[in-house]
Amino acid sequence: MQFGVFSVSDITRDPVSGHTPSEAERIDAVVRIAQKAEEVGLDVFAIGEHHNPPFFSSSPTTLLSHIAATTERLIVSTATTLITTNDPVRIAEEYAMLQHLSKGRMDLMMGRGNTAPVYPWFGQDIRQGLPLALENYNLLHRLWREDVVDWEGRFRTALQGFTSTPRPLDDVPPFVWHGSIRTPEIAEQAAFYGDGFFANHIFWPKEHFMRLINFYRQRYAHHGHGTEKQAIVGLGGQAYIARRSQDAIKEFRPYFNEAPVYGHGPSMEDFMESTPLTVGSPQEVIDKTLTFREHFGDYQRQMFLIDHAGLPLKTVLNQLDLLGEEVVPVLRKELEARRDPEAAEAPTHAARVKAKYGDQAPRQPRPNANRGDNVTGGSPYQDSQ
Amino acid sequence: MELVVVTAGTSDPSSTRMLADRTAQKVAELAGQRGGEVRVRVIDLRELATEVTTALISPMVGPKLEKAIAALREADGVIAATPVFKAGASGLFTSFFQVLENDLLIAKPIVLAATAGTARHGLVVDDQMRSLFGYLRSMVAPTSLFAAPEDWSDPALNKRIERAALELLLLMESDFASKVEWRSYNHEDSNDFAIDLDSDLMRLAAGGS
Repeated sequence: MQFGVFSVSDITRDPVSGHTPSEAERIDAVVRIAQKAEEVGLDVFAIGEHHNPPFFSSSPTTLLSHIAATTERLIVSTATTLITTNDPVRIAEEYAMLQHLSKGRMDLMMGRGNTAPVYPWFGQDIRQGLPLALENYNLLHRLWREDVVDWEGRFRTALQGFTSTPRPLDDVPPFVWHGSIRTPEIAEQAAFYGDGFFANHIFWPKEHFMRLINFYRQRYAHHGHGTEKQAIVGLGGQAYIARRSQDAIKEFRPYFNEAPVYGHGPSMEDFMESTPLTVGSPQEVIDKTLTFREHFGDYQRQMFLIDHAGLPLKTVLNQLDLLGEEVVPVLRKELEARRDPEAAEAPTHAARVKAKYGDQAPRQPRPNANRGDNVTGGSPYQDSQ
Repeated sequence: MELVVVTAGTSDPSSTRMLADRTAQKVAELAGQRGGEVRVRVIDLRELATEVTTALISPMVGPKLEKAIAALREADGVIAATPVFKAGASGLFTSFFQVLENDLLIAKPIVLAATAGTARHGLVVDDQMRSLFGYLRSMVAPTSLFAAPEDWSDPALNKRIERAALELLLLMESDFASKVEWRSYNHEDSNDFAIDLDSDLMRLAAGGS
């Protein structure tokens, strides 16, 4: 079981101090948050991707590669990588590079993006968002598994003899999660490829996600990757923790009330009642998080949103201390004790290398001398035809 | 059979609620005469006002709104009644139906009703409200109801109520809503979660082209 934090990368005015961080301040803060996540014993840090203010994270692999370089154990990931507006060829190249630089301490999560104006900025159309996402991922999946790809689809120019470089680390593609809040086709695609499925889980009542995750588990088994229990599920969550729950409520309320997306809407109490949000003591966060497993079955990754809505860095670091020291150790123990032995382990590069090669040495592709193109001759690599 | 009254009346009791209640009673009475039974449930939108606005601006569906949606899902027939404000249905009424999933009311029999301070608002029901329920693909009864102050002392209103009630009852009895090929409509009701594994998109999801 992996625990981590994920950030939207919003730059939001702190409603208490009135301070709006500069982009420079917020970018530095996020790096610090990721490093702190490792220091307090968390496993994963993930960043969103946005191409409009007030967000900064337009270039996730640059950020994540810096974070990976300044940490030692932490897995860096995304929440999400836009599989619609990014060219899948660029995703293949950039994330394979990140995989090398992080020595495999990375994975990524595919998402569609629901901001209509972003699509035309990248030459796409949101009305085609779903087929675009599905087709792009079908291509991405091949680019990481075949040295030379011939490909033709509806949405991008055809590829003839294309090789995505560098080849994945140890020739083991990065692990992929598919994030979706309501689309069975995305769950089906995750299941078809034996990839992970991530339910953001934050804004809707749990019943909504239970249906989607159950469907993903059934289809995972149907496509022959293992049993329903062996499917790989990640969940989002949201918490604000203080030692005493009345302090948590008092401190977080002004941020809740003005938070992007749900601010000025439901009361914090109603929102806690019907979504995974917990504002309270470490024990309350533990209790609420343990209910996730009861609803969704054993799962492999729990992510918390803790740095949004203008919360200042100092507060977020304090949250990480509480999360790392008081919440996650208990959750690890409790979830381990309840875990079905059949359930899958959380995905890591090392485990995937082992699964592919056993005790053999992993493939290390070495290119042939430059031929000027990818089309003439056979494989561009020395070890294959 | 289940009959759900949705009313956006503001005072308690309101003339809108009164018009809706009288129609509902008439439906129940006629059903009784025909050996049937109709249970009436009332959704008073006043009590849902904050949850409806919350649902308009965020993904949150509050517990009372959730209950109202469940009642509509199970309803065999609906009476939808609103006061007229500024030459249109109450914003609360319109907002409520705007936050519902598009397919919640497919083929459901509905009687539309409105009250107003002047007869000059008379066309609001057939001119404005009908198009909303057309979009929702509901089965709107041919007779809709409208009551300005003078109508409350006119026996013709009772005649229209009776006519609308009978139309609604006949539509409910016909079981039209469950007999239509519901699956063949474009739908998004996440509670239903019917998945067509044979669609083009599902094939694309499973590596096809």
